[in-house]
Amino acid sequence: MDVFDKLKILTDAAKYDVACTSSGVDKKAAAGGIGSASASGICHSFSADGRCISLLKVLLTNICSYDCKYCVNRSSNDTPRAFFTPRELAELTMNFYRRNYIEGLFLSSGVLKNPDYTCEQMIEVLRILREEYRFSGYIHAKAIPGADSVLIERLGMLADRMSVNIELPSQNSLHLLAPDKSKHSIFNPMGFIQNRIQENSHDLVTYRSAPKFVPAGQSTQMIIGATPDTDYQILNLTEGLYRKYKLKRVFFSAYIPVAENSLLPTLDTQPPLWREHRLYQADWLLRFYGFAANELLDQQHQNFNPYLDPKCHWALNHMDFFPVDVNRAPYRDLLRIPGVGVTSAKRILTARRISALTFNGLKSLGVVLKRAQYFITCSGKTAPDITLSPSTMLRSLLSEKTRELYHFGFSSSHCEQLSLFDQPQQLSWQQEDLGKCLPLLN
Amino acid sequence: MSTTSELIYCYDGSFDGFLCCVFESYESKEIPIDILLPNAADSLLFPIKHIPTDLQKANRVLASIPKKLGTTALSFIRQAFLTCLLQKELYILRFLRLGFQHGPAVMNMLTNETVNTLNKAVKHLDRESHLFKGFLRFSIVNNVLVGEIEPKNFVLPLLAQHFSERYPEERFLIHDKNHGMGLVYQPYQSAIIPIDELEIPEADETEQTFRELWQLFYDTIAIQGRYNPKCRMNLMPKRYWKYMTEFASPPKNLLPKPSTSDNKLLNSSTPNSNAFI
Repeated sequence: MDVFDKLKILTDAAKYDVACTSSGVDKKAAAGGIGSASASGICHSFSADGRCISLLKVLLTNICSYDCKYCVNRSSNDTPRAFFTPRELAELTMNFYRRNYIEGLFLSSGVLKNPDYTCEQMIEVLRILREEYRFSGYIHAKAIPGADSVLIERLGMLADRMSVNIELPSQNSLHLLAPDKSKHSIFNPMGFIQNRIQENSHDLVTYRSAPKFVPAGQSTQMIIGATPDTDYQILNLTEGLYRKYKLKRVFFSAYIPVAENSLLPTLDTQPPLWREHRLYQADWLLRFYGFAANELLDQQHQNFNPYLDPKCHWALNHMDFFPVDVNRAPYRDLLRIPGVGVTSAKRILTARRISALTFNGLKSLGVVLKRAQYFITCSGKTAPDITLSPSTMLRSLLSEKTRELYHFGFSSSHCEQLSLFDQPQQLSWQQEDLGKCLPLLN
Repeated sequence: MSTTSELIYCYDGSFDGFLCCVFESYESKEIPIDILLPNAADSLLFPIKHIPTDLQKANRVLASIPKKLGTTALSFIRQAFLTCLLQKELYILRFLRLGFQHGPAVMNMLTNETVNTLNKAVKHLDRESHLFKGFLRFSIVNNVLVGEIEPKNFVLPLLAQHFSERYPEERFLIHDKNHGMGLVYQPYQSAIIPIDELEIPEADETEQTFRELWQLFYDTIAIQGRYNPKCRMNLMPKRYWKYMTEFASPPKNLLPKPSTSDNKLLNSSTPNSNAFI
């Protein structure tokens, strides 16, 4: 088998992993070495599905002794198998890196023989890169659940970022679909990595040159739509992960059917891309906008409104909070206005120190007035010529795409996906929740 | 009080030359209607004032900027000078006049039309140079990394630091075809020099293999069920594709051989013939 075949098989097997960011750490090549990293991350290309390609994302091997039902690499799946030798993969990485194709390596692997053996092989790839090539570019390594903590420690000293995938957002789902994994085997390494990062930050205070452990932090990913877990559960879990494990990112991956199994959505189901999109919007609100998960969803409303982004939805349901005066309101209130983002909120703070802001001025700061105008005043004045009727507001809050969807009707993709679990109460939100706003459209 | 005068300043295009225009504007208490390069100025009917580049004057202006406007303002106008903004010289002159009047606060006057226009232009420059850090592709020719770009803004000064820190032990060359300039680097020094024409020799076997491996990776990593070309186009506009390996033609040996024998490559009018001409 030549390197072309291997690359094809092992890329194909790795592509469902979403995380491909190269962010979180700033460094430059050491003397005699090669490679740097930028905290903002650098995208080197975008694939035909619109996802960023930053790292060479491959598996070391897709041979796996586990049989997780949702996974293409499950042992019971009849698919071609391959593995890279550590040296082969290190060489490929360096050759891609020199040509500026990539920012570094994203290394994951199926479980070959046992978790420890797999982890040792991954360590060897990273060791060749770091020690022999003196490579200081970005490396994201997957912690193999169940591997010895000594090995995880060693891997973490070589990598910039590590991740342990949660995959399924509840223990029930995990038990059902990934019988070889347990909540324990996932949260253990995650907790271990978190502890080591914390210890390491103490070491760094004492010794500036102390070796760094996972300097770009850790991340995780969850599959959306393979199981009946609601957005509310997922978002709460996400919030918990940010708080407890100090994760840098939680990624969501719309489930793409790869296996026929009575426990899973059927093979012809569309991936719930809209749901994934809403979850990412909510994730941003948690990380940068000071929202809490229970502000966005609650027991009664367990899923996001597909037609409105979570921030607009929150705003429409909290009209008592508005209008916010852009010339007086503190930063955290500015962030709650639909049409005002982190950048424009900061610019508002800067610009209003010089002079009071007008609606025209806001426009030049990058505020999306089409949405913001209903929620703000400038020194006590409301926007000229606006009608504060719910229907006009709603019309300008819907994005063009969702308006189309509204007229043609949502493909009931996520209903179908959940139908196997038959929990109708989860689906009723659509009528109930939209009932609040949608009649106003007509 | 200075007012707009019906005349055009004509300078040599250098940053120092521009600073002399600023000097002149203050000394003569006038604001020109435009500041242009000699060939652009000739075709206009307004009277032209040629501003010679005088390093002494330039340095006087340069020294006053951090003192009166702060160091961030200085690096801001240096960046603004690299942008492709139409009449950037005039905007920077207005910005400086505003700054000499208001002090460092000028950087916060975000709703001012001049400041806003320059801010947008610099943002465009930043974004473009950031994208090129990722989208630039090198070919390895005789162990030298060679890449080509066609940026709208003059991004080479911004790329220099990034690539020198990334490949400190390599030798590389980045050719900016739009501005006819090149960034050359060898350990541990870099320079930006004018390069009009650059012919890159055909890829050898190793180079070709890695290009094909990269194309294979690129095609494989996309998920069919999520196909979304519009999203890709938004994030990576087509003008960047021209020199990117993943969009280059299928392997050369599958194409009819070019008839030229003098090692000249396929001419660039065949869009996908060879991305590295």
